[in-house]
Amino acid sequence: MTDLDAFRADTRAWLDANCPTEMRQPVRSEADYCWGGRNWTFQSDAQKHWLGVMAARGWTVPDWPRDYGGGGLTPEQAIILKEELARIGARSPLVSFGISMLGPALLKFGTEEQKRHYLPQIARGEIRWCQGYSEPGAGSDLAGLQTKAEDKGDHWLVNGQKVWTSYADKADWIFCLTRTSAESKQGGISFLLFDMETPGVSTKPILLISGNSPFCETFFDDVKVPKDQVVGEVNRGWDVAKYLLGHEREMISGMGLGGGGSLGEKLRLNVIPTDPLLRADIAAFDVDALAFQAMSERFVAMWKAGEAHPASPSMMKYAGTELNKRRNELTMARGGSDAIQFEQEHGGHSAHDWLRSKGNSIEGGTSEIQLNIIAKHILRLPGA
Amino acid sequence: MLLTDDQKMLQETAANFLAEEGSIAKQLRHWRDTHCEDGFGHALWKQFGELGLTGIAIPESHDGLGLGATEAALVLEEIGRNLTPSPFLTTAVVATKAIEGTAHAERWYPSILSGEAALALAVDESSRHAPEQMALEAKRQGNGFVVNGHKQFVVQAASADMIVTAARTSGSPGDSNGVTLFAVPRDVAKVENVNLTDSSKAAYVHFENVELDADAVIGEVDGGWAPLSRALNAGRVGAAAELVGVAAGSSAMTFDYLRTRKQFGKLIGEFQALQHRAAHLYGEIEIARAAVIKTAQMLDSGDERADLWVSVAKAKAADVASLAAREGVQMHGGIGMTDEHDIGLYLKREAVLGELFGEIYYHRNRVAALSGY
Repeated sequence: MTDLDAFRADTRAWLDANCPTEMRQPVRSEADYCWGGRNWTFQSDAQKHWLGVMAARGWTVPDWPRDYGGGGLTPEQAIILKEELARIGARSPLVSFGISMLGPALLKFGTEEQKRHYLPQIARGEIRWCQGYSEPGAGSDLAGLQTKAEDKGDHWLVNGQKVWTSYADKADWIFCLTRTSAESKQGGISFLLFDMETPGVSTKPILLISGNSPFCETFFDDVKVPKDQVVGEVNRGWDVAKYLLGHEREMISGMGLGGGGSLGEKLRLNVIPTDPLLRADIAAFDVDALAFQAMSERFVAMWKAGEAHPASPSMMKYAGTELNKRRNELTMARGGSDAIQFEQEHGGHSAHDWLRSKGNSIEGGTSEIQLNIIAKHILRLPGA
Repeated sequence: MLLTDDQKMLQETAANFLAEEGSIAKQLRHWRDTHCEDGFGHALWKQFGELGLTGIAIPESHDGLGLGATEAALVLEEIGRNLTPSPFLTTAVVATKAIEGTAHAERWYPSILSGEAALALAVDESSRHAPEQMALEAKRQGNGFVVNGHKQFVVQAASADMIVTAARTSGSPGDSNGVTLFAVPRDVAKVENVNLTDSSKAAYVHFENVELDADAVIGEVDGGWAPLSRALNAGRVGAAAELVGVAAGSSAMTFDYLRTRKQFGKLIGEFQALQHRAAHLYGEIEIARAAVIKTAQMLDSGDERADLWVSVAKAKAADVASLAAREGVQMHGGIGMTDEHDIGLYLKREAVLGELFGEIYYHRNRVAALSGY
């Protein structure tokens, strides 16, 4: 038995003993996720237990170093853990922008002190983070942002407005792009971290076409931020921002997987008679979705080995989100008049999910922005 | 999902060899324009042999490289990129798999290794790939069999020394039981050679009371479905890999054109309408390649889901190669419609490989069926 086989056997046994049955049920909607944070109310004892045991092993962030609350696993071990979790249908113990976005940026750009302070809190799900990027005047043209951070000697004074801040109303802290110099567009941005309870911070949820409000407008009115809460160099925050966007795009691309498996199987086409033309469209979709699953596995392996093009998360994000929109269109088509019901309790999340999915190819950079990035940085087309 | 150092070395060897010796000018156009009956050059096939590539799937115990579907896919992607005509897929991949572990392997492996022999696989009996519907009849007669019926789209049959022929020894069309593989010497059947769109050759093979000895049977009588499936799976993922190469070669040519062709005083690659289509195509090719590599690795590890993935890879690669070839011709404009320019050759090759061992609809349907719907 190789070391990896032994690791798999140990992992399997440990998961069998420690993953509660309730945490092996499929996630029904976003409401089933565990987000953690100062004000988090666990939906069940099982959810609390699952986060607790996984965090104690460092397995909420399996491949982060142990010193920062991670599991210290090698890439091969991390893949095995992922496979074993998938095998029993285990839910993610913690869904968090700290894990998927801020953490990787801190690991690359943070000081040792920042890493030791912020990363373990993220790993244990103690602090829930939100992302202050887009502004009313800076969407696709993100570097045009105007939220100002003035150097006041012993602190930064932040004034301005963000928009599309996911779950800002539920978050404890924000990682926030601010303008610290007007001299250069991309060269005058700094990456600040601050507490959402700081005086002068306020949020206002935005009602979406899906009927939910996952995003907010976020306002900063003379918010004082300690000087050491900058990640990377002052005026070099765009480097941090872009690196983080790569991770955000990789995370968003994951929705292309749709939880894995065949859509035709999930929609029970074998049980309920189906229009042959719809079956054909779903089969065509399943080919694309499974091929994307292979791409996703290959991308992760290549990214970790340093073999992926730095702009490849843009390709993943574009492909994954367009696929998820198609998945939702087909789910609606399959559901017929049941699917257009707007009553969550009648078992139909279809319409809500379908409407929400339209944002996938907008948030984190639109599909068109991703295609621009591929054309410029990967294909090196002229004038792109 | 990463390639090993050995695999990367093989990939580099194949890339250099095929770019140099297997180029469109040296091979495809040369044999096409000289009306070669084989559609490929035997000298090049011998060079494959000198590099050991003819024995890619032959076990080391028989002096081959003993490599898997993954390594074959790496070579086939380079073949696709250069549109190199050769018996690599039919002989070194498909037929080699079909006769693996039988007395016929002992008979044929040495001449495959040396690049002297070419073999073919006869499966299809109509214009649609449907192996389970096979009807070619092989009736017992004395010690042997007598065969009646026909096969078609038998790639390179007219150039083959032996044709691996799938026939029905019992049961009826629709059964997978009752299929037997036979080693049929080319000259005992009537072979009618046909030019395909891409200047490769395939044949109708007619059997009229063709008598075969018992030792023509490959493996077990009535037990041919398993080796046939093994050969078809190798062929399908192989064709998918070649299609990824076709897509990559065609798109590289197209992206170069976008960087050099001027209209309205600008390079046409400056137009966002073309940039977005090019960027979309790039991503699709990456995805198809990932599907092929994953599938090949599953075949090599004996994964039980490999049948499903073979169809995913073939359907996806055919779809993407078609997109790449169509976009290639369109983005080249008028020059793309000329015979003089190479871009149109990719369109032709993609069409033929797309049909081989089941086209897009066959494999989408198979994905649905194997997923239980």
